[in-house]
Amino acid sequence: MTSGLRIRNLSKNFGGLQVARNITLDIPTGARAALIGPNGAGKTTFANLIIGALQPSSGSIHLDGKDISQLGEAARVRAGIAKTFQITNLFKDLSVRDNIRLPILEREHRTFRFLERHDGDAAIEAEVEELLADFRLLPLANRLVRSLAYGQQRLVELALTLSLKPRILILDEPAAGVPSSDSHLIVDAIKRLPTYLSVLIIEHDMKLVFEVASRIIVLVNGAVLVEGTPEEISRDLRVRELYLGAGHG
Amino acid sequence: MIRISTIDIVRTSLGGTGKLLPVAILITCAFAAFWLFPYDLGFLTQMLIMMVFVVSFDLILGYAGVATLGHAAMYGCGAYAAGLFAIHASPDPLLGLAVGAVIGALIAFFSGLLLMRAHGLSLLMLSIAITMVLQEIASKARDVTGGADGLTGISMTPILGVFEFDFIGKTAFWYAFSVLFIILVVLRVLVASPFGLALRGIKDSPSRMRAIGTPVYWRKVTAYVIGGTIAGIAGALSAQITSLVSVEAFNFALSADVMVMLILGGAGRLYGALIGTLVFMTVRHVAASIDPFNWLFVIGFMLLAVVFFLPDGLISLPRRVAGMIGARK
Ligand SMILES: Nc1ncnc2c1ncn2[C@@H]1O[C@H](COP(=O)(O)OP(=O)(O)OP(=O)(O)O)[C@@H](O)[C@H]1O
Ligand SMILES: [Mg+2]
Repeated sequence: MTSGLRIRNLSKNFGGLQVARNITLDIPTGARAALIGPNGAGKTTFANLIIGALQPSSGSIHLDGKDISQLGEAARVRAGIAKTFQITNLFKDLSVRDNIRLPILEREHRTFRFLERHDGDAAIEAEVEELLADFRLLPLANRLVRSLAYGQQRLVELALTLSLKPRILILDEPAAGVPSSDSHLIVDAIKRLPTYLSVLIIEHDMKLVFEVASRIIVLVNGAVLVEGTPEEISRDLRVRELYLGAGHG
Repeated sequence: MIRISTIDIVRTSLGGTGKLLPVAILITCAFAAFWLFPYDLGFLTQMLIMMVFVVSFDLILGYAGVATLGHAAMYGCGAYAAGLFAIHASPDPLLGLAVGAVIGALIAFFSGLLLMRAHGLSLLMLSIAITMVLQEIASKARDVTGGADGLTGISMTPILGVFEFDFIGKTAFWYAFSVLFIILVVLRVLVASPFGLALRGIKDSPSRMRAIGTPVYWRKVTAYVIGGTIAGIAGALSAQITSLVSVEAFNFALSADVMVMLILGGAGRLYGALIGTLVFMTVRHVAASIDPFNWLFVIGFMLLAVVFFLPDGLISLPRRVAGMIGARK
């Protein structure tokens, strides 16, 4: 099987600190995988290695059989890998609508056009409006992102990333900071994602993880502790100890 | 807090006709200035040229968020190119402008290839250094540029073969105004284009731009070249209208003034550049004639006030005032 992401012996050091240790993992096409682990386990670092925001110290990453380890971040996005940021990273001085529109224009290779209007393409505008509607963002569409509440910004973050139409989607704690009244929007959006898309979700909220993931990977100290189905993971003694602590057993 | 420019508010309240409002204001102001200050046309024309120059910097700093202190490089090269072209090749003004534009673009392209890889302090230093090198070349190449004495002997034929440059400067005034007007129209189209949106994205978050699959380098180089082209045109205008180019066209102070004028008026909205230039040059003109040694105080305090109380520049003042009155009610 060569379809999907194939990660082999991925390691990363920050000076003396090893934050990824020999991670070997497959995320096949259509997977719904979750990456869990305690704070500081190296989950975000691992995601950054995959999207190319960080270069690994050693190891390789293949997408559909092609080695993408040497590609830069922008090139990997164009190859179909996209990630939401754990700490919201949006275009704060642009409107919500422009935050969705810009990635679509980039995806469609439109931004080297100088003479047409940025909102002039009917097909792109329709796509923008649809995404805004999906995330209940239409009433906020003309607001600057910096004026939104944090939970609303998280929704924009997810909508923006989906607007890239990635094949591999990495969600770094998408629901963190979202008020519980809105978190179903995130869960629904994840469940709605087309099946050709592989999803890796990093999340502390176990309820959310069990709701969307069919495979769970547990990362501790930069290394994979155990990988399995939700049932296997919830039975695993080491994981129970990790999450419930000795006192709760 | 919703940030929309005052112009946008007026525009939406006027509906479709509102689009033409800034244009109408601009033309009205030009006619008013022309009739009210017939003895200051020379100064007004200088102001118009400076507006072209500052608005070109707005594209680079205000839209793309690239802070340099060497924008005079393209202005100076455009001025020398247009001056030399007038003396040695053709005294036609429009051809001269085109030459200034091309040279501005070339300088911006080759320096931009280096500059747009740099950030922050090193970008500021490199942009200053490039301008210094160009200034040194201009002052050393005495045979070509006239060195420290400046390039003289520039005389222009009538614009389009019709409008002769007159002694009072009427033609020069309308010439400069027309160029500014056309450039504003072009820039308005440009900033509303997908490319313009991408520039604002780059200014806002280069890291997110990369995360949406956009290498920002070539977009920044392109913006720099467009800004450099317009700066070259501003330099060419200045050479043609004053019939003189001096090495001071590369002065560090000029690059710094351009930044001050832009911040004063409000970066990233085109019209802010015009307001900043208007206020800066008027204050300098008036204050310098009252107290030639201390006029910088006035500018300095104005800049402090703007940075602290009006971070979006003077152009945001009406909206701020309206907001305060609204809040009091
Ligand atoms: N740029 C960096 N330089 C040095 N150390 C770093 C860097 N980025 C992360 N680290 C360290 O690497 C370790 C893993 O961090 P990472 O953010 O990947 O953890 P995480 O699993 O995402 O944690 P959380 O659940 O809190 O988001 C931490 O000890 C962190 O301090
Ligand atoms: Mg993290």
